[in-house]
Amino acid sequence: MSNNSLGATARRDLWWLEPAGTFAVLVLFIAYAAWVGLSGTHYEWGPYLSPFYSPLFKPTWWPFSPAILVLIVPLGFRTTCYFYRRVYYRAFFMDPPACAVGEARKHYEGETKLLVFQNFHRFFVYLAVVFLVFFVIDDIHAMMWPINGILPNGQMAPGPKTFGIGLGTIIMVLDLIFLSFYTFGCHFLRHLVGGSLDCFSCSKTKETRHGIWKIISKLNEHHMAWGWISLGWVTFTDLYIRLCSMGIIHDVRIF
Amino acid sequence: MRSIRLKIFRGTSNSGEFKEYTLEVEEGMVVLDAIHRLQATQSPDLACRWNCKAGKCGSCSAEINGKPRLMCMTRLNDLPVNKTITIAPLQTFPIMKDLATDVSWNYQVNKKITPFTPKSNAEWHWEQKDIDRIQEFRKCIECFLCQDVCHVLRVHQKHSVYAGPRFFVRMAALEMHPIDSADRLPFLKTDAGLGYCNITKCCTQVCPESIAITDNAIIPLKERVVDRFYDPIFILFRKLFKKK
Ligand code: SF4
Ligand code: SF4
Ligand code: FES
Ligand code: FES
Repeated sequence: MSNNSLGATARRDLWWLEPAGTFAVLVLFIAYAAWVGLSGTHYEWGPYLSPFYSPLFKPTWWPFSPAILVLIVPLGFRTTCYFYRRVYYRAFFMDPPACAVGEARKHYEGETKLLVFQNFHRFFVYLAVVFLVFFVIDDIHAMMWPINGILPNGQMAPGPKTFGIGLGTIIMVLDLIFLSFYTFGCHFLRHLVGGSLDCFSCSKTKETRHGIWKIISKLNEHHMAWGWISLGWVTFTDLYIRLCSMGIIHDVRIF
Repeated sequence: MRSIRLKIFRGTSNSGEFKEYTLEVEEGMVVLDAIHRLQATQSPDLACRWNCKAGKCGSCSAEINGKPRLMCMTRLNDLPVNKTITIAPLQTFPIMKDLATDVSWNYQVNKKITPFTPKSNAEWHWEQKDIDRIQEFRKCIECFLCQDVCHVLRVHQKHSVYAGPRFFVRMAALEMHPIDSADRLPFLKTDAGLGYCNITKCCTQVCPESIAITDNAIIPLKERVVDRFYDPIFILFRKLFKKK
């Protein structure tokens, strides 16, 4: 009775909409990230730095875009994240494309053989937390404006700096907030802070860990939402700074 | 009273086909009511398994319009009743007759799991917060809808090397128990085939008890397996401090 060929199903709903939609969104994002990452230009304007290029690391011996040196961290972090794994296993590998729908591939090893590296997600999590610190520094920089203003080429004029907020600062701070909500809702962090315990009430330390576990669990319930929101916002943040740098739009200084 | 059209699988794993029926139904009826009426009025030999008609025994699992669901918890109102409703047995298990499948493979898997093993000197006393996680897992009614939809079993037929989501839920409940002393992580990694699960969450989507199977049972177990068998820092730490 069973037919497991690709797309075979008795489902009547629009089951293909979700994998097709996520496929399209991810392809757009990958194309944009690749273009931005390889371009090596227009990633700064005034005190703003594109999150794709943070932390800015430009060694003289490196002839390519500096983004390539740092993008590996967010890329590895997101591709090994449990939520994104689910998304691309469905949308790209069609393993399965949707629930109770036939698949393309006959041979299946799950995460036992080639994909066993997914078990190393935690190392990208450590790096991602360090990157959040860099984003905090970027955001502080984005609040330090030169008294002599921004030069027409987007560079900071020399001289002392003062506190200020532009629309870009707000966009960058929101980016940090969304990325933090996504990162701190991570399944591995949830496990690390308390999920690995069997008894939460057995000691004072374990009680404290339980408290943190509960907070992370709350964020974790919306890990998917924060995963999408932070992906969209990081792209928007880059686009905003890029368009300012290209002179296509003008940043608004709030105070 | 109104009339609906049903297409129901009749037969066994070896031979069978979908047969069409037209049936008078009333407001508020569930799919299982329609099956019962069909048995009473047109087809007394139509086989299906059921028991409680309250979503609690887990017997009446089937695939309604292609989706694994409990027949007793699926209202006809919620289906597009102007179109023919398809009712098929669970695809992952052998069909005994019509809508009744042989789910005994699950009981064989269950027997391989080390049962609850309390620590010898354990105090049988714990706080609510210690068992909140486990209580979610204890809601399981063993309907095996998650086993049915899991592509590792459904499509890839890994029955011999994979335990499936229902049993990851059971093992999570045991592993997270404050006074359990057994170690099921080697079994989870090898015989239970936890690594075959690619966390695509179909089990969670169909669970009638709304157990967050993937997020709360499978992923935490995967992380425990990583601690034990993959993470070099944790492995070194355990070696140095001689922890399990
Ligand atoms: S999340 Fe894992 S266990 Fe659940 S249906 Fe998907 S592959 Fe199967
Ligand atoms: S975990 Fe949910 S879907 Fe799976 S057997 Fe239990 S109640 Fe049914
Ligand atoms: S699981 Fe998504 S970031 Fe770790
Ligand atoms: S008859 Fe018991 S769950 Fe449906």
